[in-house]
Amino acid sequence: MSAVRRDLLRGWKVRAGLSVLAFFVLLALFGPWLTASVPGLDPRANDLTAIGLPPSAEHWLGTTQFGQDVLAQTIEGTRGSLFVGFLSAVIGTALAILVGLPAGYFGGRTDSWLNFLSNLFIVMPVLPLILIVAGYMQGTGLWVIALIIGFFGWSGGARTIRAQAMSVSNRDFVLAMRTLGEPHHRLLFHEVLPHLTGWIAAMFLQGVIGGVMAEAGLAFLGISDSGAISWGTMIQAAQQQSAVLRGMWWWFVPPGLCIALVATAATLVNFGVDELSNPKLRTVRRSVVRRTRDRAGSAGSAGSADRAGSTDRADGVVGQSPVGSDA
Amino acid sequence: MTTTPAPSAPGTPAPDAPVLEAVDVTKHFTVRSAVGTRSVVRAVEGATLSLPRGRVVALVGESGSGKTTLARLLAGFYAPTSGEIRLEGVPVRQRRGRVERGHHRDVQLVFQDPFGSLNPLHRVRHNIERPLRLHHGVRGKAELDRRVRELLERVALTPVEQFVDKFPHELSGGQRQRVVIARALAVEPKVLLGDEPISMLDVSIRLEMLNLLDRLRTEDGLALLYITHDIASARYLCDDIVVMYAGEMVEGGPKEHVIADPQHPYTRLLVESSPDPGRGARDREALFDADADSLGEPPSLIDPPAGCRFHPRCPFAMDVCRTQAPERINLGDGRWARCWLHQEGRAGELARPGAGVEPVAPGALAEPAAAPTATRTTQETQ
Repeated sequence: MSAVRRDLLRGWKVRAGLSVLAFFVLLALFGPWLTASVPGLDPRANDLTAIGLPPSAEHWLGTTQFGQDVLAQTIEGTRGSLFVGFLSAVIGTALAILVGLPAGYFGGRTDSWLNFLSNLFIVMPVLPLILIVAGYMQGTGLWVIALIIGFFGWSGGARTIRAQAMSVSNRDFVLAMRTLGEPHHRLLFHEVLPHLTGWIAAMFLQGVIGGVMAEAGLAFLGISDSGAISWGTMIQAAQQQSAVLRGMWWWFVPPGLCIALVATAATLVNFGVDELSNPKLRTVRRSVVRRTRDRAGSAGSAGSADRAGSTDRADGVVGQSPVGSDA
Repeated sequence: MTTTPAPSAPGTPAPDAPVLEAVDVTKHFTVRSAVGTRSVVRAVEGATLSLPRGRVVALVGESGSGKTTLARLLAGFYAPTSGEIRLEGVPVRQRRGRVERGHHRDVQLVFQDPFGSLNPLHRVRHNIERPLRLHHGVRGKAELDRRVRELLERVALTPVEQFVDKFPHELSGGQRQRVVIARALAVEPKVLLGDEPISMLDVSIRLEMLNLLDRLRTEDGLALLYITHDIASARYLCDDIVVMYAGEMVEGGPKEHVIADPQHPYTRLLVESSPDPGRGARDREALFDADADSLGEPPSLIDPPAGCRFHPRCPFAMDVCRTQAPERINLGDGRWARCWLHQEGRAGELARPGAGVEPVAPGALAEPAAAPTATRTTQETQ
């Protein structure tokens, strides 16, 4: 596992993605406290002396039509959006595991039923359903929004988990542990599930992007908690006040950019996970290519020990250990 | 441990009741094709086998002959379609597709592929601690450590410190197979089923592994089933040999007799196929009038040949072979075979090694509508 972790952190994509994600998570955790204490801004306070102002020294990202500070709102919105994203991803991933894992492991009738359930959720028109359910439960806060998004978004993941669990469950080591008399729950969660970590991680990240976007979409359509602030509610408010027509780009660009950044970051991390499980996707760094070519060109003059050293280094980046990617 | 051949005499003097036995066991699998047509694979048909304490029984046959299915039936993976598996005389019951844990306490299976039968994510320690916890309620860390150390020493994975915290990918094939055996032994079973336990190992360590199995048999009195397609290793390790062909058992008995004097044409083919420097290269061709390729494929288990399943490849095939399956004939000394030659009084033809079928009167073999192989044999004899 440690080798996997080392490989994962080696690529720039994963590093960049993780740092952006970490930045937003920190922002969500500590940002509101920071804005409240350092510049003394309140995202909800209406300053009637500063309505619809462009970015300035006083209001770094300008103010809204209601005289609210856009920076403070964006930071507060980070918390709301990421909360919905992570909670819905947790719920969606958990449901996908709970349905997909037993389906793939037990097979037979269990599989038929559980697979029927996930197929049902796949073909259901999810967006209209979410609209109806969310409209029915109006004004109940971001919690409910996250629950609804998670509850309707697990089915594709369940199919993936099922297929993978099916293949792992038929491998010899699972049969061998079964011969030892291991109970089903041990086999499911200690023998099979750890092999799906990569898939689950990827699914979770996708769930976060999906959750953030779905929340923004729902808020844009007017389904959200009126008291809560998220990137989606900001964009929706900007749209309602015709910010585009008024040229108030500072109102809707920051939240939009944040959504795009989070999505890009999660995708970058996903690339890294993919490359780990499928070495063919790996690209060679340009510096490595150049170094290898140089070495090959000056092979006559270079000492053999030196060459061996450079090959090792190149190996470390290009041909990452196949053993690690197995896990 | 010596490298001399294992003693062929049984470890226990009294031939007591078998620990595990299969009585007339049949296993059919239903497979469904993409278009939804069902067909039945007759993987094992009417198999009877008993494993006594302290004896090694070899189950020999080519790939797809049902050896592994039989082992898995004995291990309790599948419920037999008909017939029963008896553990110490008591029929093993299946509950919702699974045997009771008690069965696993007595019967353990060692898989063919040591690279696949250890979870790559678990250390050696985990693999051996689990059965100790499951079956012997060992809890304390010190006690677990002691038992793990004992087991690893027993399979000669020493020094133990070097191996106990390793992951499977850090071990060689032989070392992995030792871990697999130690894991099975941790249960303290009465029966060990080895499903081609050495076929995936380097040739250089196969002998060690066979000696390890032999030691377990003599020291602990385990009943061992040794599944293989390699008759040389069966000859080295086992006491009795049972030969399977296309899901059916065709011959069985003490190993010296079965190998030295096969009583079924298929056993004859198997024995002749194993490399033996003392035998002429052309002997087998002389008997079967063909090299291995032209002997044809083993039959489909979905639609097996009528009568004796070996008849399409058998140089001795008669009319009765094509219509009726032969009964099991006891030949004395614990030997038996299922072949019409014994009922038709032609068993002597099998006994002449190398000479093939020459002394037979042409009329006895000449069948106008014979299968191609048989026809060719006839022509040559005339």
